[in-house]
Amino acid sequence: MKAYFGRRYTLSASHRLHAGSLSAAENQAVYGKCNNPHGHGHNYVVEVVVAGQVDAETGMVVNMATLDAVVRATVLDRFDHANLNFDPIFVNLVPTTENLCRAIFHLLREALPVIEVERVRVEETENNFFECHAHGVS
Amino acid sequence: MIYLTRRATFSASHYYRNPAWTAEQNETIFGRCANRNGHGHNYTLEVTVAGEVDPVTGFVVDLKWLKDVIEREVLADWDHRHLNLEALEFIASERTALIPTTENIAIAAWKRLEPAVAKAGGARLSRVRVYETPEIFAEFRGEA
Repeated sequence: MKAYFGRRYTLSASHRLHAGSLSAAENQAVYGKCNNPHGHGHNYVVEVVVAGQVDAETGMVVNMATLDAVVRATVLDRFDHANLNFDPIFVNLVPTTENLCRAIFHLLREALPVIEVERVRVEETENNFFECHAHGVS
Repeated sequence: MIYLTRRATFSASHYYRNPAWTAEQNETIFGRCANRNGHGHNYTLEVTVAGEVDPVTGFVVDLKWLKDVIEREVLADWDHRHLNLEALEFIASERTALIPTTENIAIAAWKRLEPAVAKAGGARLSRVRVYETPEIFAEFRGEA
């Protein structure tokens, strides 16, 4: 039977929202405080949901130790306690949480070829979060 | 179509053990979860039903009814129990066992709840999610 396994991770990172194609005044108008020159940080929560058949021998969709190791190597070691703007992904891409969510979804999908990454949610604060779903990937 | 979710909590103990494997194999695959003395969690069960809103009551289903169904079908048997030793789904034979992983607990809860929800009419069971901790959960949506 197909089931879903979800796991929540936290990472702390800084970013500054600034689009190179916009003027200083336009950036300020669009991003407000998020455009302040020296950046700011968040405690992000990354929720990963994978889908698959429940293995008859283990009772698991995925061994959590395996998932944890992949997420650590692929996502947490890369972004935790880092400045997102300096990551190669965000050289020409504004590190909004939409873009971070999509980046993490694609990184995990590449790192987990044999299991379906059904959804990635990134919570920037307790009051806002973003999701990227396997159905509707762009 | 509206999706309505009721949350309930139960506390239970369990361990992970495949009786077809050696103790070493169980230890390798399941780590600390294989400790035969067991350990416990405060589980959170989220039960989601889907249906149309009744034009008279404004309800999809009566939440009190759903609460009672969850209590009767699941919590009465699982709350403050050892799942491997007391929950019918997970009692092992010498050779086989349904291991009370979070995935299997979600599926077992679905199987307990689905007939009662279907029998009442008006809504269908859409999703069962079980949190083992706030950071670990599994979900079953009735898919093959």
